[in-house]
Amino acid sequence: MMFNLAAFSLYDLAFIIIAGITVTAALGVVLFKNIIYSALSLILAFLGAAAIYFQLNSSFLGVIQILVYAGAISVLIIFAIMLVMNRPAGESNLSSPRTREVFTGATITAMLFTALIAVIGFTQWPIGAKPGPDNSLGLLADLLLGDYVIAFEAAAILLLVAVVGAIILAKGGENK
Amino acid sequence: MIGLPHYLLLGSIVFCIGVFGVLTRRNAVAVLMSVELMLNAVNINFIAANKYIAPDTAVGQLFSVFVIVVAAAEIAVGLALVISVYRQRRTVDLHDFNLLKW
Repeated sequence: MMFNLAAFSLYDLAFIIIAGITVTAALGVVLFKNIIYSALSLILAFLGAAAIYFQLNSSFLGVIQILVYAGAISVLIIFAIMLVMNRPAGESNLSSPRTREVFTGATITAMLFTALIAVIGFTQWPIGAKPGPDNSLGLLADLLLGDYVIAFEAAAILLLVAVVGAIILAKGGENK
Repeated sequence: MIGLPHYLLLGSIVFCIGVFGVLTRRNAVAVLMSVELMLNAVNINFIAANKYIAPDTAVGQLFSVFVIVVAAAEIAVGLALVISVYRQRRTVDLHDFNLLKW
């Protein structure tokens, strides 16, 4: 990978900073021993991903990311953590005690990462010729309510079923 | 200078961190959090490919919207399952979820 200082712009600097924050936060999710810290780190990772979306001209998805992930899902996760906490917080997110399991996990991850790097490096990525509009929200809306409207309605039904199912599961059956 | 491969690299790194978390964590909620990381990495890849390969359409963003929808459904049902299991077994340690073993 060539490192050309002259072609280094503010955009690149922003990407490097955001990517560094996102990766560090993602590592924090996996490595913190306290699951509350993991959840807070997860929020930071979500915000980093949202910043990446903003940088990629997808401001709508960036806002959705902040609302749905950093807002709703993280609150849901923290509530669930509070409900199922039955040991001291400092040892609530331990790694597996069997070293063989951790070793297997690390090996699988390393193999997967190598494969992904090879694919990314060896592929000739086509570059789109036609430039898009500055704000792609109109394009997205046309697709969502045009060609993909069936999938859109199916997603709505999926969310409804998931909410009802989650309530029934979390409420539990009647005690006999 | 920053192009599509850099974004895909970021996506792969976050995805692999998520895979590692899924494979090695003991707490069921932590496993669900790692799954969320993996879904986020996929979204980054979709949107970067959209921006660089087909900037005049929004198909990649469309797929990200559906990934977010499915992720929201998954985390809601997943956490409800964890709470339900916790009520029965008083633990969220995945090594204690062994009712189906014999």
